[in-house]
Amino acid sequence: MESLAPIVLSVIAAATPLLFAAMGELVVEKSGVLNLGVEGMMLGGAVVAFIVGVETGNGMLAAAAGAAMGMALAFLFAIMVLGLLANQVATGLALTLFGIGLSALLGRGYVGTPLPALPKLYVPGLTDIPVLGPIFFGQDGLVYLSIVLSGAVAWFLYRSRAGLILRSVGENPSAAHAIGYPVIRIRLLAVLFGGAMAGLGGAFLSLSYTPMWAEAMTAGRGWIALALVVFATWQPGKVLLGAYLFGGLTLAQLHLQSMGIIHIPSQFLNMTPYLATIVVLVVISRDAARIRLNAPASIGKVFHPDG
Amino acid sequence: MTKLTRRSFSAMTLALGASAALPARAADPLKVGFIYVGPIGDHGWSYQHDQGRLAVEKAFGDKVETSYVESVPEGADAERVITQMVRSGHKLIFTTSFGYMNPTLKVAKMFPDVMFEHATGFMREKNMSTYAARFYEGRAVVGVLAGHMSKTNKVGYVASVPIPEVFRGINAFTVAARRINPAIEVTPIWIGEWYNPGKEADAAKALIDQGADILLQHTDSPAPVQTAAERGIWAVGQASDMERFGPEAHMTAIVDHWDPYYINRVQAALDGTWESTDTWGGLSTGMVNMSAFNKALPENVVAEAKAMEEAIIAGTSHPFMGPIKNQAGEVVVAEGATLSDGDLLGMNWYVEGVNGKVPG
Repeated sequence: MESLAPIVLSVIAAATPLLFAAMGELVVEKSGVLNLGVEGMMLGGAVVAFIVGVETGNGMLAAAAGAAMGMALAFLFAIMVLGLLANQVATGLALTLFGIGLSALLGRGYVGTPLPALPKLYVPGLTDIPVLGPIFFGQDGLVYLSIVLSGAVAWFLYRSRAGLILRSVGENPSAAHAIGYPVIRIRLLAVLFGGAMAGLGGAFLSLSYTPMWAEAMTAGRGWIALALVVFATWQPGKVLLGAYLFGGLTLAQLHLQSMGIIHIPSQFLNMTPYLATIVVLVVISRDAARIRLNAPASIGKVFHPDG
Repeated sequence: MTKLTRRSFSAMTLALGASAALPARAADPLKVGFIYVGPIGDHGWSYQHDQGRLAVEKAFGDKVETSYVESVPEGADAERVITQMVRSGHKLIFTTSFGYMNPTLKVAKMFPDVMFEHATGFMREKNMSTYAARFYEGRAVVGVLAGHMSKTNKVGYVASVPIPEVFRGINAFTVAARRINPAIEVTPIWIGEWYNPGKEADAAKALIDQGADILLQHTDSPAPVQTAAERGIWAVGQASDMERFGPEAHMTAIVDHWDPYYINRVQAALDGTWESTDTWGGLSTGMVNMSAFNKALPENVVAEAKAMEEAIIAGTSHPFMGPIKNQAGEVVVAEGATLSDGDLLGMNWYVEGVNGKVPG
């Protein structure tokens, strides 16, 4: 049992950046906008959080700066697709490329700079409980924030009036516009929230997961987050499940390799997290009617308020 | 992971184009070009090559002019970038990744007056040399340290992709460590990538959770060293000095040191004595270096590691000197025999003491 705690901690750490980015993108897509720039926004968040972390030594400020950077990049995206009605797919891809380049440029002087990891929570008594203590009371703040924000997103989308309006904008922006909702403004807020969440995901990588800056250090996690949203059929609970499943399987296959109990080629094992996560999410979401119900009907379509 | 960006490429092309327009003069500096597969900010492979380029600039001053293009994908794109370098007047061009072999060869055949140097490949031409580092020699030195320092007798090895270079490292290390402590077992985890800090850290954590108290890596980011430091175990830096990422954990690093080779080759090009050669340098030529040993290591252990280093340099020891058994326990290198370079270049098996099956 003692050895279980570090494994669970690793799973949580692997899932957290995905959870941030995917929950953010979920809100964006629910408003009818498809932002493929998640990877770029995560990198932007990672580099700015790292720089602020090194310069100020303040983890909270660093994470906030990462979120702000993600938001700034998302704002550029919003100007293009909401203001200038550019194609969302092309603009999102461009944002990823831009984010990769910009983060490399900003981080030039910070390659090879070490940074102490974010402090972990310590509650005397509680954190000392074997196994459960460090899991529930021994993480850093961003891990708790990712869980809280996931719950908040789920509540907001399905239990609040504002969430209902956001979803209606994603379903039928013309109708929402006709009854007086400011479609563009609502979508702008959703896109900015998505950017902030991607930035936080990146900040978690560069502040806590592997506290350093190296170019392209997200290594494709933004794309995995995007895929999670789709395969989870736009349901917050399944996004959470998918993120933890993917994190868990990534760790499980590494442990399987090192334990050497069964001899499966490592190439195959390296593939399993992707494969298994997709299979599980597709199987639990195979109800076509529910997919139609949850998928935002106007996703990716340019909205121009006429009349 | 293939890089999507060639952010500096367009800027370079502009710069190259501009300089190509200048009329050539007799006293023009020798133009030396470098092609890198990763960003120079990877703090690993490409970073070390760029350190070599800077050393060339420092050594020759205004007698040379160097330029580089980073994050160049291996394949057809590389051919274009290399050709562009030639057209802009570069006379000596280093292409620093295995996948540039065919593009370099193709361009070399088109421009017989230009000198090419390709790292880690095996195809040569009259105007195309190859060079590589015997990184595995450093693994044998580290093996001595691990043989003495491991208490759990378990060593974790974060491995990248199953190619002979990585097998050589795992085997050289295992042989040396088990000569000190025959109970040592080495467990590799293959992550299938050269560079993914998060996944490298995950693999390191998995190995530590399985009881490893010494961590080696053949991947490019400092994440495993950092993880080892966090968990309070020993680690070894890869390709460049990673001491900063875990001062307590970092036993030493096996460092690629291209400076002497690059300076040497540029000198030959300046003198007009450049010839196509095949160089596989190691500790003895300074192409592979050990960084400073951790002060917390016992003196006698460091002395033994240094003795191994010196023996390899002197040629009295070889990391693959027999007797060496394979995983099945069969003697594959007899006592007194040594594996040939040919055997090393095609190595795709594990020695005794490595856990798990060869991937593939």
